[in-house]
Amino acid sequence: MSDTASIMPEHPPVLDWIHDFDHTDPRWTENPYPIWEKLRSAAPVVHTDRFLGCYMPTTYQAVKEVAYDTEHFSSRRVIVRDVRPDVTNPAPPITSDPPAHKPAKQLLLPPFTPDAMKKLEPRVRAICNELIDEFIADGKCDAAARYTKHIPVRAIAHMLGIPEKDGELFIKWIHSILELGIKDDNALMAAVHEMSAYFAGHIEYRKTHPTDDLISTLMKATDSNGQPLSDQHVLGSLRLLLIAGIDTTWSAIGSSLWHLARTPADRERLVAEPGLMPSAVEELLRAYSPVTMAREVMKETTISGCPVKPGNMVLLSFPAANRDPAVFPDADKVVIDRKENRHAAFGLGIHRCVGSNLARMEMTVAIEEWLKRIPDFRLDPAGKVTWSEGTVRGPRQLPMLFGKPA
Amino acid sequence: MAGKLKIHVDQDKCQGHARCKSLAPQLFELDEFGNAHEVGDGSVPAGLEDKAWLAQTNCPEIAIEVTEE
Repeated sequence: MSDTASIMPEHPPVLDWIHDFDHTDPRWTENPYPIWEKLRSAAPVVHTDRFLGCYMPTTYQAVKEVAYDTEHFSSRRVIVRDVRPDVTNPAPPITSDPPAHKPAKQLLLPPFTPDAMKKLEPRVRAICNELIDEFIADGKCDAAARYTKHIPVRAIAHMLGIPEKDGELFIKWIHSILELGIKDDNALMAAVHEMSAYFAGHIEYRKTHPTDDLISTLMKATDSNGQPLSDQHVLGSLRLLLIAGIDTTWSAIGSSLWHLARTPADRERLVAEPGLMPSAVEELLRAYSPVTMAREVMKETTISGCPVKPGNMVLLSFPAANRDPAVFPDADKVVIDRKENRHAAFGLGIHRCVGSNLARMEMTVAIEEWLKRIPDFRLDPAGKVTWSEGTVRGPRQLPMLFGKPA
Repeated sequence: MAGKLKIHVDQDKCQGHARCKSLAPQLFELDEFGNAHEVGDGSVPAGLEDKAWLAQTNCPEIAIEVTEE
């Protein structure tokens, strides 16, 4: 992103993608798909000396092998960065390995079932319409700044029981952690501390004023030994929900609208056949999966026959897996009624995204409400679409014009 | 004529993606953690065979077994 360029040491431009890949290179940020195709045709696993050493599985099969192998690959670090400081401020269960992972995850699962999401859906529909009300009369908007950005942040705030207006703070912290933090440890730590202090206040308040929101649910939960969770564990899980629940869905909704703005046939078909929405949402998740995770190699092993050594990170690109033509025919084509779609947008194995049902509901509602109010729209040729860098990919500027072209 | 279908969700593989529940709500139910289980003994009522196969082919964890009796 341009605002990081001025303050961060720049990485040298990539000359050899196969032996020196860099997922923060501006060309990767702009259009990663041809790069992944090149890497995939070279080998199922590629390596770079950047980021203190990092592998990238390039096929669906290789990504799956890493995701399923918690013995050789640890989740204690889930972002590939320039530095590898000691592990502090864990965010269970995303940073947990077995056996700690399962009990930590089970605490978070019940509030995120599809039935729980149905209860939240009317509020999300209202949030979408409140946002559209603010710009529809203008005939145009930056859909990333005015619409997609605010939906997940307000929804998660609603679930946690904190003011929806605090969303701007969350967006700032998450940008520092997921984007600036790849190259700037100070920015990351400052955001983590601010976020922890913010939530510590909400936890303290609930000790004397219990509520029925997600923060109180976590505070009332007990671990596998029947003991209440420590404040540190509650804080870690809250950090996770915020970090994982906002940029990701903001990106998924943004990429979906970007696709529909450029593809009138899909837009018209979804308006005419709303029953296609579930398969369309899955296909948009496949084609424009926002989330790339990471693992750390703990013991020597092989991935799809390729040897990997401890001390290296693994860039675990579910988005690249989802473009593998060996698993998805016409992988680079968006087919909104695709019948077979085992996409890995929410991960594979024990770390399946705890918020996947929330993300799907938000995407569905955000696209449905937009199409109801703004059935015709296109990219504004006077503006520029920009994409986020690194771990989560989605449009950060998305200028749109409403209505049919004159 | 094809035989009757039976489905089973392998609990060691299911990770709660809930794709099956969305595609074939009549055939699957979710527990409190969101993991899927076949409804009843897994017998697929006549007319829902396509949905059983659809759920099977969309499960990211390949956790659904469909057998013909």
